[in-house]
Amino acid sequence: MSERSRKAFSVLAGALTLGLIHVAQAAEPIRIGSFLAVTGPAAFLGDPEKKTLELYVEKINAEGGVLGHPLELVLYDTGTSAKNAVTFVKRLLEQDRVDAIIGGTTTGETMAVIKLVEKAERPFISLAGASVIIDPVKKWVFKTPHTDRMAVEKVYADMKKEGVTEIGLIGGSGGFDKSCLKNAEELAGSYGLTIKATEQYGKGDTDMTPQLTKIRNAGVQAVLFCGFGAASTIVTKNYAQLGLEGRLYHNHGSCSKRFIEGAGAAAEGVRLPCAALVVADQLPEDDPQRAVGLAYIEAYEAAYGEEVSTFGGHAYDALFLLVGAIERAGGADPAAVRDALERTRNFIGVDGIFNMSPEDHLGLGPEAFKMLEVRGGNWKYLY
Amino acid sequence: MTEFFQFLFSGLTVGAIYALIALGFSLIYNASHLINFAQGEFVMIGGMATVFFAAAGIELPLAAVLAVLLAVVVAVAIERLGIAPAKGTSAVGLIIITIGAAILIRGLAGIVWDRNFHSLPPISGEEPLVIMGATLLPQSLWIFGVTAVIALLLWFFFAKTLWGKAMMATAYNPLAAQLVGIDTRKVVLVSFALAGALGALAGVLITPLAPTHFQVGVMLGLKGFAAAIVGGLGSGLGAIVGGLVIGIAEAMAAGYLSSAYKDAVAFVIILLFLVLWPSGLFGLRGIERV
Repeated sequence: MSERSRKAFSVLAGALTLGLIHVAQAAEPIRIGSFLAVTGPAAFLGDPEKKTLELYVEKINAEGGVLGHPLELVLYDTGTSAKNAVTFVKRLLEQDRVDAIIGGTTTGETMAVIKLVEKAERPFISLAGASVIIDPVKKWVFKTPHTDRMAVEKVYADMKKEGVTEIGLIGGSGGFDKSCLKNAEELAGSYGLTIKATEQYGKGDTDMTPQLTKIRNAGVQAVLFCGFGAASTIVTKNYAQLGLEGRLYHNHGSCSKRFIEGAGAAAEGVRLPCAALVVADQLPEDDPQRAVGLAYIEAYEAAYGEEVSTFGGHAYDALFLLVGAIERAGGADPAAVRDALERTRNFIGVDGIFNMSPEDHLGLGPEAFKMLEVRGGNWKYLY
Repeated sequence: MTEFFQFLFSGLTVGAIYALIALGFSLIYNASHLINFAQGEFVMIGGMATVFFAAAGIELPLAAVLAVLLAVVVAVAIERLGIAPAKGTSAVGLIIITIGAAILIRGLAGIVWDRNFHSLPPISGEEPLVIMGATLLPQSLWIFGVTAVIALLLWFFFAKTLWGKAMMATAYNPLAAQLVGIDTRKVVLVSFALAGALGALAGVLITPLAPTHFQVGVMLGLKGFAAAIVGGLGSGLGAIVGGLVIGIAEAMAAGYLSSAYKDAVAFVIILLFLVLWPSGLFGLRGIERV
């Protein structure tokens, strides 16, 4: 056999083998659709979500898939646009004919597609924050991230424990900020707190000392910051500059090392509620979330060489909630998977321990948040 | 009174930054009667490039200088590749080119650098000074100082040097300037380079106070534009006064009125000026020659 024909033969043999393997594995794939804000303003949320889904779908398939079926991930980038989200979800439902959908990085994208998934009757797990997604409960819609309301509850409980009664609020003009402020105003009474001042800042503002001066003059014992991003650093620095007495609380939007790096020494003593993932290594040995968190951190950082974020954790939980439901349902039949999702009990995820019910499509309680304090330029797990 | 000074310090700090950005708008407007909406992106480049040069191991002062140079290169590129080839296009057309350039730069920054927030250490510590019971960060003093020095340097450049005079001549009458032998194309180029440097400098100075981000230029650019309009487009003194007016008005509005409407203040001020006093505080009255 000439060198040339031998080469051709081996290629042919290889192709046949591959083909055979393919046929052997051709158990119908389970198709999971996803639409995420991989680019655009919410890219810092969507990017780790995408990486997490891709990483774990690959891992699950390498280990033989779910019930012998490989998973197939069909993922679209919405560019943080609710309009694109609608287009892509239509495509996922009609063209790609997916069995379930994980996605909607932001509340806007999620709310825009709820009607479509409800009509198409496909299980849908959202990765967005706001409580409106699951309150009131929608038959086909679930979500994994804690709600902003739970964050405020956690902060208020801590304030009450510290004997604080008079507080100030400061937040931005974005949707996340407004929702946090609204929850803070609604919940204050039930924790015996009086809001003495509520101040706002604008998009792109570089200095919040006037607002904080007003809060200081109102005479408060603690301040809750309702915002995220660059503003979290500016407010914290201005707070230290003005020398406000009383503790500054942040919400879960600041649970990123970037916040500590940006605010530097001014961040010392700030308290905030965060997902267990942020302090997985500091959790007590008997905390069931410790092992899950550490395993996720190790896998993600090994695969991508960058720090994990809590946002990727939401995608992790969504994927494994779905996989668990498919396994219990014995297949990818949408109605059976939905029912199984709703019956999820004691699922230990990165975000907390999920116990779903027909009345609760999130299944996390305020205890899913851990209270942290910034000490010595790092997170300190309190309780 | 304490709170008044606190609001004033806040307004002056932010206003001085707006002033540096407004100066960039005015320089380019003078040389080419063009409003460069990519001005805010120079601010972003100043902050982001310093952060990333520093992260690459370059000493901070040198990183800042390199960042300013990078902004100059980008500004020159906008002029050479965007504005110069479009000679003869209407003013609106040129403005749209600068908006396009701004979007391109922002997009590239998001890809080449990243989409996260970054901060820089302040030049001389974070221990606030207490004046009249109000606190002021040393970084604010640096911002005031640098803005004042820049204002003096620009005044010297325009009043005393041949190049500056050539630029002024081009501003008053491009055709006449060309006739007396001034290379007006070079004048436009130099104005872009200077505007790039000023914007980047503002970016370097503000980043220790407010973190930078690939989209940080949008709002800062708009506020700088508002300052330039209030001061009178094309006037150096106007740009500085306009910046301070907008900065202080915002801080006072946030302090004494509702902070929810603080952002609207700058834009209400521009609207009032555009309607009632379109040439601004120190601008030349627009004269249409036939």
